[in-house]
Amino acid sequence: MDLALQLLFTGVGIGAVYSLVALGFVLIFRATNVVNFAQGEFSMVAAYLMVVFAVDLGWPYWLSFLLALAGMALLGVIFNLGVYYPLRHRSFLPVIIATIGASILMANSVLAIYGPQPQVLPGWFDTPGFQLGPVYLDSQYLLIIAVTIVMVIFNFWFFERTMLGKKLQATSQDKEMASLLGISVSTMIMITFIYSAVLGGLAGILVAPVLFVSIQMGSTIALKAFAATIIGGFGDVTGAIIGGLSLGIIETFGAAYVSVPYKDGFAFLVLVLFLVFRPQGIFGERVAEKA
Amino acid sequence: MSAPSDNMPIVVAAPRARPLLLRHLPYFIGAAVLVGLAATTPFDGYLLNILMQATTFAIAVFGLSVVLGLCGQINLAQAAFFGFGAYAVGIGTSDYHLSYWLCLLAGFVITLLAGALLGMSTLRLGGHYLAMVTISFQQIVTLVMVNTIWLTHGPDGVSGIGRPDLFKSQQTYLAFCVAVLALVGYVVWHLPATRLGRAMRAVRDNELAAGVVGIDVFRTKISAFALCAALGGLAGGLFAGGFAYISPDQFSFAESIVFLTMSLLGGVASPIGSAIGTGLLILIPEWLRFLKSIPGLYLAIYGLFVILIIRYMPDGIWGFVKAFLDRWRSKPRAPAPAAPLQLKPANVGGDIVLQVIGLSKYFGGLKAVDGVDIAVRRGGVHALIGPNGSGKTTTLNVLSGLYKATAGRIMLDGTDITVMPPHLRTAAGLGRTFQNIRLFRSMTALENVEIGAERPGNRLIGAGDAALTERALQALYFVGLGPRAHELISSFSYGHQRLIEIARALAANPTLLLLDEPAAGLNSTEKLELHELLKRIAAQGLTILIIDHDMTLVSEAAQHITVLNFGRRIADGESLAVLRHPDVVTAYLGSE
Repeated sequence: MDLALQLLFTGVGIGAVYSLVALGFVLIFRATNVVNFAQGEFSMVAAYLMVVFAVDLGWPYWLSFLLALAGMALLGVIFNLGVYYPLRHRSFLPVIIATIGASILMANSVLAIYGPQPQVLPGWFDTPGFQLGPVYLDSQYLLIIAVTIVMVIFNFWFFERTMLGKKLQATSQDKEMASLLGISVSTMIMITFIYSAVLGGLAGILVAPVLFVSIQMGSTIALKAFAATIIGGFGDVTGAIIGGLSLGIIETFGAAYVSVPYKDGFAFLVLVLFLVFRPQGIFGERVAEKA
Repeated sequence: MSAPSDNMPIVVAAPRARPLLLRHLPYFIGAAVLVGLAATTPFDGYLLNILMQATTFAIAVFGLSVVLGLCGQINLAQAAFFGFGAYAVGIGTSDYHLSYWLCLLAGFVITLLAGALLGMSTLRLGGHYLAMVTISFQQIVTLVMVNTIWLTHGPDGVSGIGRPDLFKSQQTYLAFCVAVLALVGYVVWHLPATRLGRAMRAVRDNELAAGVVGIDVFRTKISAFALCAALGGLAGGLFAGGFAYISPDQFSFAESIVFLTMSLLGGVASPIGSAIGTGLLILIPEWLRFLKSIPGLYLAIYGLFVILIIRYMPDGIWGFVKAFLDRWRSKPRAPAPAAPLQLKPANVGGDIVLQVIGLSKYFGGLKAVDGVDIAVRRGGVHALIGPNGSGKTTTLNVLSGLYKATAGRIMLDGTDITVMPPHLRTAAGLGRTFQNIRLFRSMTALENVEIGAERPGNRLIGAGDAALTERALQALYFVGLGPRAHELISSFSYGHQRLIEIARALAANPTLLLLDEPAAGLNSTEKLELHELLKRIAAQGLTILIIDHDMTLVSEAAQHITVLNFGRRIADGESLAVLRHPDVVTAYLGSE
């Protein structure tokens, strides 16, 4: 029972990271109707930026953090201009392939620059954690959970309560109508890419001290986050968060009770089970294409 | 049309009279020369290795040209399937001392089944699901290869892989691989002109329309995906025999990306493109060996390549060359069909051809169609009208199976089609056109109509391609576009595209033709021509159910009218009486 509680805590912590990346997925999907296969690479790049600033250059952690996020915002701009925007009028298949190309480009550029050796990023706090009854609360996991809660609330406030958020929503629902209302669609899409690159980067920075900072972390996180969006229901924000948390918990328990080497396989299993039996996810609705 | 008929025009018959294999003889002669060269040219060991790699990789990339180029579906796990085949031959011949041939076959069959199963789990859903699921699958396969050490020897890999006795030396084995390559290349090259290949192209161009013209979309996609996987497996088996040693890192996700890049660079649409892409991407890294000294650098360049190709050269190198060659080739002239189009709608007897009882379609709380009854009499034109938002198009979509009915029954010529998917309804005799035209845009008018003529259950076409072409030509001549049969859809005006859609439906010899606002967007001359066309169709006994806003057309063409408003039937009966019905007048003009 104590082990189960401990696993639950870890699962929620790791699941929170998946939720953050999944949120980035969903936002881009809603704005542009494409799945960004380089979303996980945003997390990986941000983690490496942190290693450069905080470890290699030895700058203060908070400054490195802000700089890394600023770097992600810039990457979001470059990504939009270089990958998505030129293809915005093409069908979804070329766009998907281009984002896959971008993901390969980013991962292997970092590999070429930094080499295959995984890097270590220390956590934000000096205290590693503390014991609460039977459960050891790792401070980094606590931070991850706290930041995720803050981001979810911010996300809700931003999209439901601010004018910019409403404009973004309008753009994602009907681009033509939005542009007729005087909303600059290309600006809105740009903002979406910046926001989701920062979100993905945030997730990467938070999870880096828990995992190693490696080239593979991007694709691993992206895969889990994608599975999370499917579990939750594609395009649904609440679904992405719940899906991420459930996947984190399933995976942690699976690794503890079933098999460690196949830890990354559980996401695939859950993914396929959902695709076969409930493709619309927990919250999703089946939508038919209009003839 | 049962026997190869006497009235078949000479122009069509002449080039098709020779058997297919004979017409393609030059290809086989060329292939034989290549095999001969591979068997006899004295290559050094280095060159032999490169050629072996290029040959086996090209077969795997052929698979991608089927799934991505022909069918428009993505597969990011081709290296995993390649690995399946390689491990089947590797483990089989090395650890269990089984026959090479048996292992090669087993690898082929296993990947065929694995591809089909993976496809079944995902292909009903959109393309990004498939992309993600194939990536996941790729990761799992790599995990299994590394971790099930008792079977795969883990990261150490499998060595001492056998070859068949017949092709023991590396040179003869290369010749054997080239022969397989030529054979597979032939199949993939010829595939687009077969029924299955046409279905794949239709699915790629317009999935919804493909279902409505009678193609089983799901099965077509699974066939494409399974074929792609099986070609990967076959290639992997050949690869294992060629190099005698395999290890998991040769079948990683990175390798799947290499396959994808090869396919995109050469051009996804054709096996020639696949061969070009494979050859280049095996040779270029050999020339630029220094790139490999920095890990990641050459894959990073591949990633950049993918983005640039997609943006600037979406049809690849071969697409570029082909567009250039096509400019110099004269378009084949469409031959005149000898016989006029025959329509013989099926008839099981009875006066009513379409009986709709209590049909409802709710979207959440919105009752778009609410308990509608329609009885369409055999022969003649029946119109379904109503103001905007009255549920006309929804009704049509429920009739053709694009939406599932919430309640009610639909009987077509005595068959209950209420729960059938679109392609089975079409097989049962339903034909339709779309308000927003849905043609297969990368094909010619003739090919579009041929796909229509291929409707399962169409008894008016005989066996063979010639009969199919003849039927499609007749339908195109019937709507007045026969002479332009070989032109691409994009070169036709909006009005003519509508006519091609009608021809596509007519070629299938349907029992009932549903026309969804056929007059929308037509000018007045075109409307007159449309009216004339409807008369000629009705004259052959084909029943038409038409939806339109154009009251002149409806009142002149239709003998019987059903009026919907707010999803309910408000009037039904003989044309003139219905149009004067007070409820109908109120619905259209409002009350005083």
